[in-house]
Amino acid sequence: MAVIKKSHIRNFCIIAHIDHGKSTLADRIIEKTGLLTSREMQSQILDNMELERERGITIKSQAVRIAYTAKNGEEYLFNLIDTPGHVDFNYEVSRSLAACEGAILIVDAAQGIEAQTLANCYLAIDHDLEIMPVINKIDLPSAEPERVINEIEDVIGIEAQDAPQISAKLGTNIEAVLEQIVTKIPAPEGDENGLLKALIFDSVYDAYKGVIIFCRIFDGTVKKGTRIHMMATGMEEEVVEVGTFGAGQFIPCEELTAGMVGYITASLKNVEGTRVGDTVTDAENPCKEALPGYKKVLPMVYCGLYPADGAKYQDLRDALEKLQLNDAALQFEAETSVALGFGFRCGFLGLLHLEVIEERLEREYNLDLVTTAPGVVYHVYKTNGEMVEVTNPSNLPDPSEIEHMEEPVVEAEIMVTTEFVGAIMKLCQERRGVYLGMEYMEETRALLKYILPLNEIIYDFFDSLKSRSRGYASFDYEMKGYERAELVKLNILINKEEVDALSFIVHESSAYERGRKMCQKLKKEIPRHLFEVPIQAAIGNKVIARETVKAVRKDVLAKCYGGDISRKRKLLEKQKEGKKRMRQIGSVEIPQKAFMSVLKLDDEE
Amino acid sequence: MREDIETKQTMGLYIHIPFCIQKCKYCDFLSFPATEQIQCRYVEALAKEMELWKEKTGFRPVDTIFIGGGTPSVISVEKMRILLEAVRENFQINRLKEFTVECNPCTVSGDKLQLYRDMGVNRLSIGMQSTDGSELKSLGRIHTYHEFLQSYEMARDYGFENINIDIMSAVPGQTLESYEKTLKCVIKLRPEHISSYSLILEEGTPLYDLYAGEPPVDEETDRRMYERTEEILACAGYERYEISNYARKGLECRHNLKYWKREEYLGIGLGASSFMNHSRFSNERDMEIYINQIHSGNLPVAEKEELSPWDEKSEFMYLGLRCMEGISEKRFYECFGEKVEHCFGEEILRCQEQGLLVREEGRIFLTRRGIDVSNRVFAEFI
Repeated sequence: MAVIKKSHIRNFCIIAHIDHGKSTLADRIIEKTGLLTSREMQSQILDNMELERERGITIKSQAVRIAYTAKNGEEYLFNLIDTPGHVDFNYEVSRSLAACEGAILIVDAAQGIEAQTLANCYLAIDHDLEIMPVINKIDLPSAEPERVINEIEDVIGIEAQDAPQISAKLGTNIEAVLEQIVTKIPAPEGDENGLLKALIFDSVYDAYKGVIIFCRIFDGTVKKGTRIHMMATGMEEEVVEVGTFGAGQFIPCEELTAGMVGYITASLKNVEGTRVGDTVTDAENPCKEALPGYKKVLPMVYCGLYPADGAKYQDLRDALEKLQLNDAALQFEAETSVALGFGFRCGFLGLLHLEVIEERLEREYNLDLVTTAPGVVYHVYKTNGEMVEVTNPSNLPDPSEIEHMEEPVVEAEIMVTTEFVGAIMKLCQERRGVYLGMEYMEETRALLKYILPLNEIIYDFFDSLKSRSRGYASFDYEMKGYERAELVKLNILINKEEVDALSFIVHESSAYERGRKMCQKLKKEIPRHLFEVPIQAAIGNKVIARETVKAVRKDVLAKCYGGDISRKRKLLEKQKEGKKRMRQIGSVEIPQKAFMSVLKLDDEE
Repeated sequence: MREDIETKQTMGLYIHIPFCIQKCKYCDFLSFPATEQIQCRYVEALAKEMELWKEKTGFRPVDTIFIGGGTPSVISVEKMRILLEAVRENFQINRLKEFTVECNPCTVSGDKLQLYRDMGVNRLSIGMQSTDGSELKSLGRIHTYHEFLQSYEMARDYGFENINIDIMSAVPGQTLESYEKTLKCVIKLRPEHISSYSLILEEGTPLYDLYAGEPPVDEETDRRMYERTEEILACAGYERYEISNYARKGLECRHNLKYWKREEYLGIGLGASSFMNHSRFSNERDMEIYINQIHSGNLPVAEKEELSPWDEKSEFMYLGLRCMEGISEKRFYECFGEKVEHCFGEEILRCQEQGLLVREEGRIFLTRRGIDVSNRVFAEFI
């Protein structure tokens, strides 16, 4: 492709609430610009991880470069930067936005604005992006584009009368979107002759090229041989290749200049040194100051990951190391559990991140895992004045040594139709939420604001929210810091033995309820033994809940004759096989599933 | 089949008759109602299959025969004669000790019983299941208690001196009282052998679909029925020799004992299983394929599994332990050249500690509690 003037480049992203059609619109844009035929499209191009496609969410940001000949006859270069659609990846979203000049805001013509729409939209406004609203799903019978346009104007306060009304699914009116990208989104600025200043908005590890840095050049030029310097991590390396993003492939080019979006490779071995948000500059001629906004992302949620088969410990380590090559936010360190043996305490950005990693380990690395209840990082202030961070309940100091504890809290925004406000407020109260206020978006919808402890939302808050609002509530949050709380460690005893992998830290007020539910759940999961198995929940020495798994009285094959022998052996093998997948705690065998079942305790009634 | 089967060793012979008048609601055996014509073709095929085996077994003496089903007594006199003659022609039976035919009430007749006697059948196994009409109905049995009595008495009249009666516990609608009544009626008939099976809900049967979620009789009552069986039958002079089998001294079923003691047997007929020469194999289960195979001169073996030494040791334990006398440590050593504790020391100890196994005077056997949860014990040896 011939060199294109900066004035003909458009760098933009698409922001939307989950399911409002972001990936579908991205596909249509790519398709309409003619780089691909419909047959080449593998349904959704940007979501190229198998898992992402299955879950319909975009986990890691990606980018694609598209050529578009506008109605004015001129050829434009679009860099579409995809952003993750989940609150766990808020920081990555913000860095992707920082690489753009504009954002297409997709709003579902039937559902209107949702919590994530708003959160992402404010984020985009904070980054001074030009917001270009698009009304999607006009093909739905329940579509009300006019209402949604008014809502956008009222709630977000941006002009929306000329917003293209499209159906990304059917491909209706996509040209209008393309034209508006040209006319509404500003061209990038910056000086190609200035000192190199590029923003890393993503990086991936490739077995052949090493780390591939996805970046936006703000000033200067980078090409093969440039010695680059990462300003936050201090990493320095010589550029091997630069290029741009084709559809699903990397296209090498001579140089990347100010205004362009592309990639850099420099034989880097892992993404540790190429953190999202960091500034790339020329080591010999560094720019004066880094781009604003860099921060090191810290894990928010921790849990233990154990191989179901103890012999797979090393395999799990190798797999985690490989995933970490690509995911600087994933942290892990070795730990041991009496119940589960050798494993790792892993830190994640949030529950979704946790689930994604877990699924990738199981799917891509074929590992069978046992996961312990996720927890957050508690600040434990000891009587000796020391403060320790606790991520594993087993490491909680003795209660006598604890002066007080603090837990992380978030500020949450929940958007819900007015009929469910009561139900959602009740849910937030149950989760120890502190009410901050409520705003009406329009007559029928309200935005609720709460301070919520993070450990109350990492379990299944989202599921509860959905079930109590018949799927209508949407939710977004950001970290607010630490607050003092009355927390206790809840121990689970099975046949009078404490099971470390099942204990967790919980607020005093919900300990009884949690303990009771936990015992009930475990009663269902633990198979009957030859003896009675008591299951108890206790705080310190005080038992607060108890259930009993009754002893097996009879387990007999009445008949076993000539023709039954092979078949019966298979039955016994199955029984034995089931036993193998159990964890032995004292004389009790606990299925691995039981360790996970406690992750979903609530709202079974 | 390999040709090197030892000639001197005796073996058991099982012949499968997959026909019945109507399938019982608990039955997951290979059996179904069939036309006279199919029965005819089948009996011909059986005779042919025996011929195919004749040379391969090298005239190995057969000491037990069991014709089971299905309901073998549905086969007409003419066809049964063909079948029984084929047995005599193709197998060496001069050392035959026990020859059982399974019967169901309403399907036996004087002619049939006379034929059985003439052809050397010396034991009958009759399915009674219960004396209670509604229980019989819930099981899908076609006969009444009265009809059973008629068949039983007829068998005695024709001179059968070794009869087994099958009964069932944990049947839908059954109470401990009604079960005890069945037991007591059976005792009065003074059969030589009684099999009492606790109902197993097998997948794919109507009763499974009805009761899989919630068994028809609660676990505790079910277990009490087991206990009472042993108590009541013991008083009447029947000794429990296997989990579900009771007999007067010396009248245990020799053929069935072969299964638990891992002695060799050959199975003839649709889906029939055999154990020979360290391997377990079974015949084709589809009638047409089975018949076609035989007519093309092939043995209709569909599945074959060579047992590893480990499999054999494991079978030795979990089959042997079904018998109340348990397993003999000496025999284990003779069979495998290895001591049982060397092989299963830990498992045996664990079961002993849990009060499920007893090890005494060179034998290892199940305790009462061990019988109740025998699957747990057996799984240890897999």
